[in-house]
Amino acid sequence: MHELSVCQALVGQLEALAQEQRAVRVVKLLVGIGPLSGVEPALLDQAFPIAAAGTLAEDAELTIEHHPVRVHCLQCGRDSDASANRLLCDHCGDWRTELLSGDELMLVQVEFMRERAYV
Amino acid sequence: MCDTCGCNVTHGNRHLLAPGGRLEKTGQGSEAVTVLRNLLSENDRSAAHNRTHFDRHGVFAINLMSSPGAGKTALLEATIDALGERFRIAVIEGDLETENDAQRIRARGVPAVQITTGSACHLDAHMVHDALHQLELDGIDILFIENVGNLVCPASFDLGQHRNVTLLSVPEGDDKPAKYPVMFRAADAVALTKVDLLPVLGDFSTESARDHMRALASAAPVLELSVRADDGISAWLEWLAAELEHYREHTRRGETLRPRIQPEGLRLHGLKA
Repeated sequence: MHELSVCQALVGQLEALAQEQRAVRVVKLLVGIGPLSGVEPALLDQAFPIAAAGTLAEDAELTIEHHPVRVHCLQCGRDSDASANRLLCDHCGDWRTELLSGDELMLVQVEFMRERAYV
Repeated sequence: MCDTCGCNVTHGNRHLLAPGGRLEKTGQGSEAVTVLRNLLSENDRSAAHNRTHFDRHGVFAINLMSSPGAGKTALLEATIDALGERFRIAVIEGDLETENDAQRIRARGVPAVQITTGSACHLDAHMVHDALHQLELDGIDILFIENVGNLVCPASFDLGQHRNVTLLSVPEGDDKPAKYPVMFRAADAVALTKVDLLPVLGDFSTESARDHMRALASAAPVLELSVRADDGISAWLEWLAAELEHYREHTRRGETLRPRIQPEGLRLHGLKA
């Protein structure tokens, strides 16, 4: 539901970065998302072209990397795979775990076209 | 941590940048820039600004979240009735439409600012910032930010609050934490509301609700209460008073306080606060 807001924030960030980089166009971008970010990758993918329309990211190719949910057990010290609603240690079953991965909502990399490419 | 020297490259993302990694090569004529910044960093900046504002005035801010109709405003009314003499309370109300909730709070003699979001399904830090301009923060002890009724979107937006409280009214079912893990994982306390209805419902297990919370690796207290039956309110008030004291200890040391899951996320991804 809020994926459009997230995309609008993303486009704002791309515009600021482009200005910093003196770029005229965003060619590609890579975004990393984990299930615990609360953002649905498929909806983000649909919302991006709407938010990017008329901006320098209009035709940019969005790639979404899905991050797995992984936890570190504070009791037995081992790491394991988990799911969004079951963050228990897979080895000893304890609930006292720390998240290692899975809540990412991150702009990882952007590929820009700079002005000189058109000269 | 910064975004320019590469110190935000962590074990979680280094493989992307290594030779042969998917980010190493770029298309012809274009150049790739590694960013590693939260998509909502603009919101987070505004939230940090709000938090500084709260701390400067010694205002303990709580983000109150739940589905629509779980009893957020009723809990606030009961809280004001019980603590209104002891603490100065203010409220920011978030709804798609109407001033109804703000009017209910004002009727209790407490300042309330209504944010109407139109079609937006959540509050963000900018909206809260604008609302703060309509509030006199000096002398306020506790500010409740009653978020838009929604178990999904509000969890993703930091508002600058110090604590998150999530309500689960028992008619909604005891498996809500399993169905909406992002929202319930963010909670520093969960209030099971309308527990006077438990005998009528018959199929809500408070033990199951607790188990689902533990499965989210959450140590948040699960408080059972009913505003209508005036039951269990004292445990909620005690939690509130203890957290306020905890907050004040932090501010006396010149530190702030964040919802439990935030520092974990920041540390994990090498992001700036």
